[in-house]
Amino acid sequence: MDLDPTILLAILLMALVTYATRAGGLWIANRFELSERAGAWLDAIPGAILVSLVAPAVLTSGPAEALAAVAVVLVALRSGSLPLAMVTGVVAVVLLRGVMAGLM
Amino acid sequence: MQQKVAAPAEDRVTFTLGGALAGAKKCVPVAITGCAIGLVFGTLAGQAGLGAAEAVLMSAIVFSGAAQFLVLGLWASPLPLAAIVLTTLIVGLRHLLMGAALGPVFSRLPRLKAYASVYFMADENWALTMGEFDKGRRDGAFLIGGGLLMALAWTTSTFVGVMFGGAVEDPARWGLDFAFTAIFLALIAGMWKGRSSILPWMVAAAVSVAAHHWLPGQWYILLGGLAGSLAGVVRRGS
Repeated sequence: MDLDPTILLAILLMALVTYATRAGGLWIANRFELSERAGAWLDAIPGAILVSLVAPAVLTSGPAEALAAVAVVLVALRSGSLPLAMVTGVVAVVLLRGVMAGLM
Repeated sequence: MQQKVAAPAEDRVTFTLGGALAGAKKCVPVAITGCAIGLVFGTLAGQAGLGAAEAVLMSAIVFSGAAQFLVLGLWASPLPLAAIVLTTLIVGLRHLLMGAALGPVFSRLPRLKAYASVYFMADENWALTMGEFDKGRRDGAFLIGGGLLMALAWTTSTFVGVMFGGAVEDPARWGLDFAFTAIFLALIAGMWKGRSSILPWMVAAAVSVAAHHWLPGQWYILLGGLAGSLAGVVRRGS
C-alpha cells in the first residue's frame, strides 16, 4: 500500500484546515471576556445549528420526510430516548416513501 | 486569558472517565449509523482512486464526513489541491460556531484536554454534549468519549468499504439517509425552551432552506446557524 505524496499532502492539509476550524471557535471564545449578550448568543447557537442542519431535509424533501419528522419529534418528546427516536425515523421514512411512491 | 474564579459547586466542570464512557454510550446509535455511511465513503473513495491506506488515513485524521464526501467529487489527476483545501475550509466553518458554543464550559478545562477534545468534535457528539450541558451535567470528557467511538467506527468502516466496496447499496433505500436527521430532530425536541425558541428557530430554518436552495455546498448550515442564533440575541436584547 503505497502513499502517493500529493495525496498525502492533500489529506494532511485537509486535516490541518479541519482542526483549525474545530479549535478556532474555542480559541476565540477563550480569548474574550464574554458579555451577557455574547453569552446569550452562544446559548442560542446549538438549537439554531441543529435546526439549520435538518431544515432542508425535513421541509423540502416531500411529505414522507415531513411526516417522519413529526413522528420522530413526538416519540422523542414522549420517550426521551434517542435510539428509539432514530429507529422511529428510519422505519417511518421507509414506510412513508413506500406509501407515497404507491400513491404517485 | 480570563481570570478563573472559584466556581460554585453546581457550576463545576469535570473531565472524568465516567463522563467519557457516558458520551460513548450515548453515541452508540450514531456510531452504528456512522458505520453504514463509512462503508459508503470507503466504497466511493476506492472508486475515486484512493488506496486503502489513503482512505483510512483521511477518515482517521480529517474525521469529517461532509468534507470527505465533497472532496471525492473533486478527486482527479493531477489533484486540485487548492480546491480541496478551500472546500474543506468552507465545510468546516460551522465548527467555529460549534467550538464557540463549547467555550463557556470548555474554558474551565485544562487547555490540553480542551484542545485535544475538539479534535474529535463532529456534529453529532457536539450536539449530544450541548444537550448534556443544557441539563447541567457538565463533564467535558463527554465530547471526546463520543468522538473516539465515532472515529473508531468511521475509520474501521472506511477500511471495510474500501477493501470490500460494492457490497453496499444506496443507503437511502434503507432510510439511513434519514437516521442523522432523526437524531438531530430528537435533540432539537429536547432543546425547546418555550416561546423564546420560536424566533431563532424559525429564522434558522428559513435562512437554511433558502441557502440550501440558492447556494452550493454546505453554506446553509453555517448561515442558518448564524442568522438563527443572532435572532436569539436580538430578541433577548429588546
